[in-house]
Amino acid sequence: MRSLRARLTPYWLALPGGLWLVVFFVVPMFFMASLSLQTGDPVNGFSQTFHWSTYSDTINLYEKQFVRSVIYATIVTLLLLVISYPMAYWIAFRGGRYKSTVLFLVLLPFFVSFVIRTLSWQFILADNGFILQPLKNAHLLPQDFHVLATSFAVICGLAYNFLPFMVLPLYVSLERIDHRLVEAAHDLYAGRFEAFRRVVWPLSLPGVFAGVLITFVPVASDYVNASILGGTHTTMIGNVIQTLYLTNNDYPAAAALSFTLMGSLLIGIFAYARALGTQDVMQTAA
Amino acid sequence: MTTAVLTPPSEAIAPKRRPRRRAWGRRVLPVYTALVIGYLCLPIFVMILFGFNDTKGKFNFTWQGFTLTWYRNLFAIDGLTEALKNSLTIAVLATVLAVMFGTTLGLAIGRYRFRGKGAVDLVLFAQIATPEIVLGASLLSLFISTGVPRGYITILVAHVMFCIPFVAVTVQARVVGLDRSLEEAAFDLGATPIVTFRKVTLPLIMPAVMAGALLSFALSIDDFVTTTFNSGQTTTFPLWVYGASRIGVPPQVNVMGTLIFVVGVGLAVATALGNRRTLRSST
Amino acid sequence: MSSDDFGPIPSDALLRGLTQRRLTRRDILRAAGVGGGALAASSFLAACGVSGGKAEKSQGTTFWTGKKQAGSAVFANWPLYMDVKGKSDHPSLDRFTKQTGINVKYKEVVQEMPSFYGKIQPVLSAGQSTGYDIIVMTNGVYLDKLLEANYLVPLDQSKMPNFNKYAGPAIKNPSYDPGNKYTMAWQSGITGIGWNPKYVKEPIHSYQDLFNPKYKGKIGMFADNADLPNLALQGIGVDCEKSTPPDWQKAADKLKAQRPLVRQYYEQNYIGPLSKGDIWISMAWSGDIFIANSGNPDLDLQFVVPDEGGLIWTDNVCIPIHVAHPVDAMTLMDYYYDPKPAAMLTEYINYITPVPACKEVILQDAANATKKSDKDYLQGLAKSPLVFPTSDMVSKVHNYRVLNADEEKQWNAIFEPIYQG
Repeated sequence: MRSLRARLTPYWLALPGGLWLVVFFVVPMFFMASLSLQTGDPVNGFSQTFHWSTYSDTINLYEKQFVRSVIYATIVTLLLLVISYPMAYWIAFRGGRYKSTVLFLVLLPFFVSFVIRTLSWQFILADNGFILQPLKNAHLLPQDFHVLATSFAVICGLAYNFLPFMVLPLYVSLERIDHRLVEAAHDLYAGRFEAFRRVVWPLSLPGVFAGVLITFVPVASDYVNASILGGTHTTMIGNVIQTLYLTNNDYPAAAALSFTLMGSLLIGIFAYARALGTQDVMQTAA
Repeated sequence: MTTAVLTPPSEAIAPKRRPRRRAWGRRVLPVYTALVIGYLCLPIFVMILFGFNDTKGKFNFTWQGFTLTWYRNLFAIDGLTEALKNSLTIAVLATVLAVMFGTTLGLAIGRYRFRGKGAVDLVLFAQIATPEIVLGASLLSLFISTGVPRGYITILVAHVMFCIPFVAVTVQARVVGLDRSLEEAAFDLGATPIVTFRKVTLPLIMPAVMAGALLSFALSIDDFVTTTFNSGQTTTFPLWVYGASRIGVPPQVNVMGTLIFVVGVGLAVATALGNRRTLRSST
Repeated sequence: MSSDDFGPIPSDALLRGLTQRRLTRRDILRAAGVGGGALAASSFLAACGVSGGKAEKSQGTTFWTGKKQAGSAVFANWPLYMDVKGKSDHPSLDRFTKQTGINVKYKEVVQEMPSFYGKIQPVLSAGQSTGYDIIVMTNGVYLDKLLEANYLVPLDQSKMPNFNKYAGPAIKNPSYDPGNKYTMAWQSGITGIGWNPKYVKEPIHSYQDLFNPKYKGKIGMFADNADLPNLALQGIGVDCEKSTPPDWQKAADKLKAQRPLVRQYYEQNYIGPLSKGDIWISMAWSGDIFIANSGNPDLDLQFVVPDEGGLIWTDNVCIPIHVAHPVDAMTLMDYYYDPKPAAMLTEYINYITPVPACKEVILQDAANATKKSDKDYLQGLAKSPLVFPTSDMVSKVHNYRVLNADEEKQWNAIFEPIYQG
């Protein structure tokens, strides 16, 4: 017997954010959807022709970059999960008073412009820079070894730039785990690893899910890292969309490709949510 | 959820078990965290270093000597200073708004079942899945067809728009499964919903809110693509730096980045010292 | 507890089937409703949104009748493309305001051509003002598109005295804007080949040197649809300005063959890797080489216009339609063709000036300079062929091929896969 007021609470809560998103995201998305079915160019104008083949054309043309982006994103997300989890665990469980401080320190480098950071990485990873040159002089590396302009560099750059996207949700989820549950597990003769596996890990799954979600997607659609750190075989789908939109001004193709990307990512997310065992694919139950 | 457990009498007396492993474990993780933070800061150190570079030309990537000129002439480049001001103010405002809207949204979807919840979830996921270039360009189309002049306000609107889902998802991850008995206890003790929210719910979800705020600030201050489309005549720091990198990034940019970083470190130290004095439980 | 107490324990599959949601009729209706609604909304909104479309071509004579000076102008430019001295803003602009009384709002909002065009095109096609009185467009597909769509105001030819007197022959009457009807050059640059003599000991003079297997993995090329294809066309012996689609295909094939040798296709940041030795030889812009060398005494990068021909690109000032203060814009644009302000610009920007006469002004400034470092710098500037190209260089450079909308689609389809690999 919840009062009318109590039943309306979720609507009131969701209203401001929801309204903002509807006006500034959903409506423009409809524009884009309609644009993806048009034909034309900026000089002579666009007209609505329900040109569905744009979708299949772009998928065929750019299949290679598509697959590459998904592969990079998978590698980067797994890598970040492995790197971030121990750190988030330590901050949440043993951070004590300094929790927010350390968290803030983790995020601090990302307040500095990404252009500066990436250019700095160009300097650090230079063929004859202060890291590679001594290794080459000591003959630990061949003379023409280079990190930049390889997919390795792009993956490193991506992993670097998207770290906070993984750390924060993990931390948030780990932080709310009641320590007494872990103690209880210890009291019940669980080893440290088993306590982790059967108590901490399952309880942190919402955070893992959220972290993977908000990391995988932006990584797959990134283009900056590939353009600054990459080489001739590292073009990602984000680069393609950018070129289509800005250089070719082929707005319909760019829109179509973007929706294809979004669609496939969403399908992947649903499948992933199912695999995690959630009842309702839209909900991340603990 | 109770944690009542029957411990065998012999074990109940021994408080410290396996001291050696725990001590070892105690050291590995913090060292690891410190290493990761160090790695994260590596390009920052390079940036700080080159803020002191005595470079005569416009390109700033070979070391030529130490100088403080750039610190003295920090605001010599007018467009850059204005761009930095814009970035900072927009980031602060966008964070505040995004946190407000995103937190309430996260609470709604994390805790309640209501009609339209599926749609809200879908919109959030869809937005995070959208490439930035599409977000920016489609928003520009909207502004143009409704005749809204592009400038400071439209940048702010765009930033709030793409920060909300990150805050909402982060808060939701925290709110899900949050024990409601504390809030129910507050109700039982006569607290109104608003007071309950302020004094019970908010502190409980505060880590998520802070995390969302940090993420929003970082996203906003560094955003390039969406801002590019919706900035009109206004420039922000990333926009300016990117344009300048075509010809040459002046060392003042490094100095400004350094100052942002130093201010951040200062804030972190201040909060750490502040935390030392207050008694706060971590659960 | 055994199964006898509570009846048979259901199998896992049955449990799943019983507890997990299935697609009910409601779900399907809901999905159909959302899909149908979206389609309906889209077709309704198809009428809205931003489309393209040519504007009315303005006639030079009719446009300017009745237009008067207003006293202010908004100038949109690239960053670092205006002189800055010490703490003062822009000495040349201040001087202009003192001379004419016109206030200039200077905005460094052009980061790159694609995104800037992407910003102003929807505005212009919707019939609205960009808010700028002067914009700076690089010659290339974007300028071509603006011209083709009649988005630029024809210049008032009677108000260009300085231009007519001082403009250098290299930028007067360019192929992309015959008769300078719509644009005036702001600064130019030459695209050629740059190399680092520390690693490359042979003399470099030909486009084919970029294909030398000796430099495998150390070659840089541009990732754009302007410099890369046009220089390649010159490289196969074709005048890029007059090239045809079969020529494009030939040039693209040659570039494709080069791919295994190339380290990276750079959008703009090749000069760092070139200075550091990550690449040894690269396509390059004259101004970058000059700036890199002048900033670092240890660096001595070389630049050459290839025998087969190089490219000259120009950033042009022009006036977009639906403009607020065109007369002030014209005055400002012509002001920079006077040698004194032109020299002020070149002394800071270091790219190729459209006013060859300002060389004298720079030498004069060098003579008047008090500090030796300033003297050396200004003299080096005046004597550098990268800033004041020799007539030999000028004879070898070409403009980009002008493309209309259809040709551009073909051009992009042929050349983009090379650097989009």
